[in-house]
Amino acid sequence: MLDVVAELEGNVTAIAYGLSAIGPGIGVGIVWAAYIQATARQPESAGLTRTYAFLGAALSEALALIGFVAPLVLT
Amino acid sequence: MIAAILAADFRGRPAILASESGGRGEGYEAPTVEEFFPPPLFEFSVFGLDFEITRITIISWIAVAALILLFFFAARRARIVPGKLQFFGEMAYNLIRDGVGRDVIGKQAKPFIPYLATLFFFILFNNLMGIIPFAQISPSAKIAYPAFMAILSYLLYLGVGIKRHGFFPYFKGLIVVPGVPVYMHILLIPIEFLSNVIARPFTLAIRLFANMFAGHLLLVVFSLGAAYLLVQPNVSVIFAPVAFLVAIAMTFFEILVAALQAYVFTILTAVYLEESIAGGH
Repeated sequence: MLDVVAELEGNVTAIAYGLSAIGPGIGVGIVWAAYIQATARQPESAGLTRTYAFLGAALSEALALIGFVAPLVLT
Repeated sequence: MIAAILAADFRGRPAILASESGGRGEGYEAPTVEEFFPPPLFEFSVFGLDFEITRITIISWIAVAALILLFFFAARRARIVPGKLQFFGEMAYNLIRDGVGRDVIGKQAKPFIPYLATLFFFILFNNLMGIIPFAQISPSAKIAYPAFMAILSYLLYLGVGIKRHGFFPYFKGLIVVPGVPVYMHILLIPIEFLSNVIARPFTLAIRLFANMFAGHLLLVVFSLGAAYLLVQPNVSVIFAPVAFLVAIAMTFFEILVAALQAYVFTILTAVYLEESIAGGH
């Protein structure tokens, strides 16, 4: 039996959401950075790649959204 | 340890900052989820189904009434040379027809444009109720609203896919990635099934809900914070204008979020529809 050396009080789900937001945050950043770069290099392609940018952002955002609702659902 | 030092430092003299007087059950009370469950104004039941009409229901009715009136008067007595209101209505409709329908779906967009335009303006008007004074809560912050619209879009693009390609070819296109080694299908089919069939409607609904929910809580936190700091009997009063200014800045940010989320919901519905028309991968 281990002794308790550290204890956490309060709502742990906030930490869980923070952790789940790291990956999608980086992912969404990469998607929009690529979109801006593509548009800067070839302005005519802005309309063409916008759909893919939204689709990519939506896909990488999904995990953060699941992380957001999981605490609401599980408590 | 730092906390212990700070606590020792504060002992024995009156509090200077509002944060010192805190503790469990006293001081600033942060808003909770209760914010989204206002007491019903009146309730009735039809055939054993209970209906509760709350503030949020009425806000949604007002949003829809404004939407219907705007487009009714914009479309009434349409002329070849449009008046101001008709021009506005046409511009709003063209935004979705060209920017979403034709750009994403392409030549076969025509039957879906009325649905996409309705979806966009319904979500936009409901979202904007989050910042209209005296309403200040968006019906989209209740999960039922986005969930219903996501189910509607889900059924629509599944129906279009099944009608165009037949049941089994459509689902084969949806979950089987062509051109990969056979053994990779063991891994890929469950992943594709989860992401294409289950996660899509789920994320569509949650994205709108989460943005509106978090946006409303953000505004409430800063508004209540400003009101709380304003009545403090110590130095913290000087921070009240800061909280107030942030609340105003966040209100403007919410306008952007409201329009953006309506656009994202519409464009994703259009992307899924386009995939149903083209037949998956």
